[in-house]
Amino acid sequence: MSFWNDPLKTAADWLLGILTGWGMSEIAAQVLIGFLGVLLLLALLMVLDIFLVWVERKVVSRFQDRIGPNRVGPFGLIQPFADIIKLLIKEDITPTGADRVVYNLAPLLSMMSVLILWAIVPLAPTILNVDLNIGALYLIAAGAIGTLSIIMAGWSSNNKYALIGAFRQVAVMVSFEIPMLTVLLIPTIFAGSMGMNAITQGQEDVWYVFISPLAALIFLIAAIAELGRAPFDMGEAESELVAGYNIEYSGMKFGMFYAGELLHAFTYGGFWAILFFGGYRFFGLEQVSPFLAVAVVLFKAMVGYWIIMWIKYTLLRIRIDHMLAFNWKFLTPLAFTLLMVVAFMNALLADVSSWLYIPGMFLSNVVLAWVALEIARVSSRKAREKVEGAKQVAEAHH
Amino acid sequence: MVPISWYLTLSAALFSIGLFGVLSRRNAVAILLGIELMLNAVNINLAAFWRYGNVMDMAGQVFAIIVFAVAAAEVAVGLALVISVYRKRNTVIADDIDLMKW
Amino acid sequence: MTGEQIIFLVVAFFTLGSGLMVVTTGNLVHAALWLISTLFGVAVIFALLDAGFLAVVQVVVYIGAIAILFIFAVMLTRKDMRDQGPQMNRNWWIGALIAASSFGGLFFLLRGWNGLSRTASAIPSGFDAVNELGTALVSPTAYVLPFEVASVLLVAALVGAVYLAFNRK
Repeated sequence: MSFWNDPLKTAADWLLGILTGWGMSEIAAQVLIGFLGVLLLLALLMVLDIFLVWVERKVVSRFQDRIGPNRVGPFGLIQPFADIIKLLIKEDITPTGADRVVYNLAPLLSMMSVLILWAIVPLAPTILNVDLNIGALYLIAAGAIGTLSIIMAGWSSNNKYALIGAFRQVAVMVSFEIPMLTVLLIPTIFAGSMGMNAITQGQEDVWYVFISPLAALIFLIAAIAELGRAPFDMGEAESELVAGYNIEYSGMKFGMFYAGELLHAFTYGGFWAILFFGGYRFFGLEQVSPFLAVAVVLFKAMVGYWIIMWIKYTLLRIRIDHMLAFNWKFLTPLAFTLLMVVAFMNALLADVSSWLYIPGMFLSNVVLAWVALEIARVSSRKAREKVEGAKQVAEAHH
Repeated sequence: MVPISWYLTLSAALFSIGLFGVLSRRNAVAILLGIELMLNAVNINLAAFWRYGNVMDMAGQVFAIIVFAVAAAEVAVGLALVISVYRKRNTVIADDIDLMKW
Repeated sequence: MTGEQIIFLVVAFFTLGSGLMVVTTGNLVHAALWLISTLFGVAVIFALLDAGFLAVVQVVVYIGAIAILFIFAVMLTRKDMRDQGPQMNRNWWIGALIAASSFGGLFFLLRGWNGLSRTASAIPSGFDAVNELGTALVSPTAYVLPFEVASVLLVAALVGAVYLAFNRK
């Protein structure tokens, strides 16, 4: 049980030996070691968050055909530190009439809802915070706390635009939790458990994205809506609502909202990788060393984060009523139907060899997506004909 | 080593606080808040009896889940009623909604 | 005083304190936020009782949906951004008396029960509460019928709430 094979347990045992040698009782020593572990994870996450700010600014600049920050340090790497120092020395303004306790609590809750998600992320087979057997539900619960923080921010700012932005954002988040919860049940069916480690272990034959691609797609769409990023960013639509629920926040409080949103996007990229792309599995590489497994997870999470950024900087913002109509009239029935089809096909093809199982599930997903898009196309054509009149067939003139 | 009496006392106290809220608040939404506290107290009671009785028998947890569903349904319909009354009568003070009193 | 007892006492006082603030505070949005902290305390109590699924469902359903619904309803039913008037009705002391006597009655009733100092038996190893709960909810010899009735109830509540709050323009 060397350090390279099982780093957390060796470090914990070593510290326990030292602390009990100093005379602490065993239970107090274990509680202290637990706290130190959490502190270490939080420190690493915050450093990662700083790096993510740099990644975001460089990627958005490349999408917009410019270079991005390149003056402060090589390739602009020191730029996020300059940003943090600027945010820290800014004046911290509280608007008059704002509810002080709630106003100060909202950014904390927003950051908290992101950081508690990392408790269930399996970074390696032996590096795991809590092996919660209801991990998929815990993901939704942390999203609920994020929703709460937004409505607290919007209400306590004593500002109509903040309130409208918060209402819209919360309506979108609460609505899109339903397809997300439904689609989270699909890896649960495949793995037989809701725990994240069990889902990762269950992907040994094939990654779940190949046996249910539509589920991965719906999870991505619902995750982008939960994050409040474009094309679903009604809450902070700069051209419409003047930055929405975080109008009145200045200085480091705004920094917590902003950095929290980036870390949240990275975390959802990580969950997309864990649920559908095999997590820390990579053709047996994770058995070699847990540090390689951590690198695999972080790499896959970065790919997921890049896809989320790609979508953000390419697509236009959707109007709020179109967003909600898309969720309730298209995505939720599609998610429910997908769950039924996957459960049915899984039971039907249960004892069949994997050469038949994988294409069977994949094809059933593709057929369902095609049928759903056909229904959407026919109904949208009917709605357009009601408004514009029937389409005139072009006549061939001489 | 927490004896079950502690959980039952907590549940009884929360229930009484909810009852106080229902009986003595003016605003209709605040009355619904008190009802939520009472339902949560009942849930604590059910979960405690599940744990301190026969753990293999899932009746306590199933009952608690049904109570969750009932509470959600009741809050949705109750708040829809309160909003509808507010639109017609422009008040949510329970004492002022007295058209049907003799 | 074992660690578990200390944790229980802290969480219990937090929950009861938040509950008291819910029913006494004048500002209704603050009352909804105190309700959220009460609900969170109850979720921790569920986790202490090894009912992990109930704890997470409590956060998702109560805090993530019902409490948000309360905040929306409070904001939609106030005439302006400030609060108005006293929040207790005229006979609040009778309400307090009834609440105190109901607590006393329950306490007195419990004292006559001999199983009161029962402590928790250990959970048998390999017992997966979530698995057992899922099986119990859909098994025909267990509780599938109340489960289906609860779903019908939720559909009825959904249709009723939409119809009642619908704004016919």
